[in-house]
Amino acid sequence: MGEHDGQSLIQARGLVKRFGELTAVDAIDFDLRRGEAFGFLGPNGAGKTSTMRMIGCVSPITDGTLRVFGLDPMRDGVKIRSRLGVVPQLDTLDMELTVRENIVIYGRYFGIPRSELGKRADELLEFVQLDERANDRVEPLSGGMKRRLTIARSLVNDPEVMLLDEPTTGLDPQARHVVWDRLYRLKQSGVTLLLTTHYMDEAEQLCDRLVVMDKGKIVAEGSPLELIDRYSTREVVELRFGESRPDDLNYWTDGKVARIEALPDRVLLYTDDGDAAAHMLHERGLAPESVLVRRSTLEDVFLHLTGRSLIE
Amino acid sequence: MSTVALALRPLEFFFAQYRRVWRGTVISSVVTPVVYLLALGVGLGKFVRQDLVYNGESFDYLDVVAPALLAATAMQVASFEASWPVLSAIKWSRQYHAMLAAPLRVKDLLVGHQAFIALRILSTVTVYLAVIAAFGAVKSPLAILAIPAAGLVGVAFAAPIAAWGAYTESDASFVAIFRFLILPMFLFSGTFFPVSQLPAPFEAVAYATPLWHGVDLCRQLTLGEVVVPSAIAHVVFLAAWIVASLTLAVISYRRKLVL
Repeated sequence: MGEHDGQSLIQARGLVKRFGELTAVDAIDFDLRRGEAFGFLGPNGAGKTSTMRMIGCVSPITDGTLRVFGLDPMRDGVKIRSRLGVVPQLDTLDMELTVRENIVIYGRYFGIPRSELGKRADELLEFVQLDERANDRVEPLSGGMKRRLTIARSLVNDPEVMLLDEPTTGLDPQARHVVWDRLYRLKQSGVTLLLTTHYMDEAEQLCDRLVVMDKGKIVAEGSPLELIDRYSTREVVELRFGESRPDDLNYWTDGKVARIEALPDRVLLYTDDGDAAAHMLHERGLAPESVLVRRSTLEDVFLHLTGRSLIE
Repeated sequence: MSTVALALRPLEFFFAQYRRVWRGTVISSVVTPVVYLLALGVGLGKFVRQDLVYNGESFDYLDVVAPALLAATAMQVASFEASWPVLSAIKWSRQYHAMLAAPLRVKDLLVGHQAFIALRILSTVTVYLAVIAAFGAVKSPLAILAIPAAGLVGVAFAAPIAAWGAYTESDASFVAIFRFLILPMFLFSGTFFPVSQLPAPFEAVAYATPLWHGVDLCRQLTLGEVVVPSAIAHVVFLAAWIVASLTLAVISYRRKLVL
């Protein structure tokens, strides 16, 4: 392990957040290393946003320890936040100000001199491909443009770590890809990314390493490939049956697949050779409405770990 | 870094936001005093017996009502600026959240917002005082001190209403505040007639309102009839009220923004 790999920018040990009776974050441990893209994957209510808010120093921790840049968020909030770039789940842009003004005003919150901010705003708008809209009001911009503006704005202080809370939720597919592309470039340029998402493809696209969260706990940790390797098979056969789903799939598969997952709308067969499994079912005379053989994804990992589908 | 330096940062946002509406506010800050002074000072004043005695000197009704309107205007501008805009910064535009993602603390954005409101009040009452002077109702150079005095009145309303604005979940209560607190204070806090004419329990209530203290303080200053112990008592009351309200506002802001 190299020197940089071992450097924890954020460290949590037994981190707990309770709201009254509700335990939103239940004793989690994690480390964020410099230069990596680290993800919290989980459904709504898993405790992802609560964790982000504690790191962003706007939510006191209930128990455990949390260190950001080696500092205590409750004591050194101002110092920590001057080094963070925050992209919140809900945009906090001012709709009536122009695109450019939003960046300049936000830069002033950091105490960056106005003389520097003009140039900085132009560079950032170019980076997120909004330079042509610089002098337009924010309100009429599309959701994807607003999100890119929020990202540009969060970069105004040249942050060491970016906190991205569901960066592409609610965006259309093209807009999501543009955002992913920009985030990927940021990572390439050495910015450390910490993001939450409930999208598998987003986690697979962006994260070097991720933790799967469920009901406030971390249930697994690793790179997307490691997680798939550890908790799933190489391939998955998806069967849809319509009205006449057979009762005993174990009989049909004859113990030839690693695991069977029966979902409301389809049945998943976990196996290292999907084509062989599909072929076997066909030979034995099982005729589902449709058969799809695909590679395992994080969704399968999630399903296995929590026993339920991620996007409900 | 000091709170003052950090509180200047959010101030810039509120000015940028104000640039969108400044024309309207400038027009209303000139037209409003002209209308009120014509109607109540000149119009109604004609029906009021001529010699109003204040502190042993006699004055026209216009002279007596003008400083009260000045203080009441500070109250109204402040109350508006601390109601919807505070709720908006939390719930709709969410600008407070943006500020808290930057290296600013809860008290910095509270102080910054209150400072912006104070500047709005000061500019409005400066224009108001100039109009009063044009009506010939400024009787002393001390009147210039009515500007900071009205500033105190304004913050005495901006701070508690901001505390409420951060506490409440919807804007429904603001209309009630204006109708059942601000309007009665406007009418009964010694603005248009002495509070001694109120039934005794209500008179006592009037003395407990920041507006009554502000009205009497501004009146002493524009009429040039300053009774030093009383003037000091007014300033102390307003200052204590502001300190208590700001303390309440910090608690209310924290409760809503840091959880």
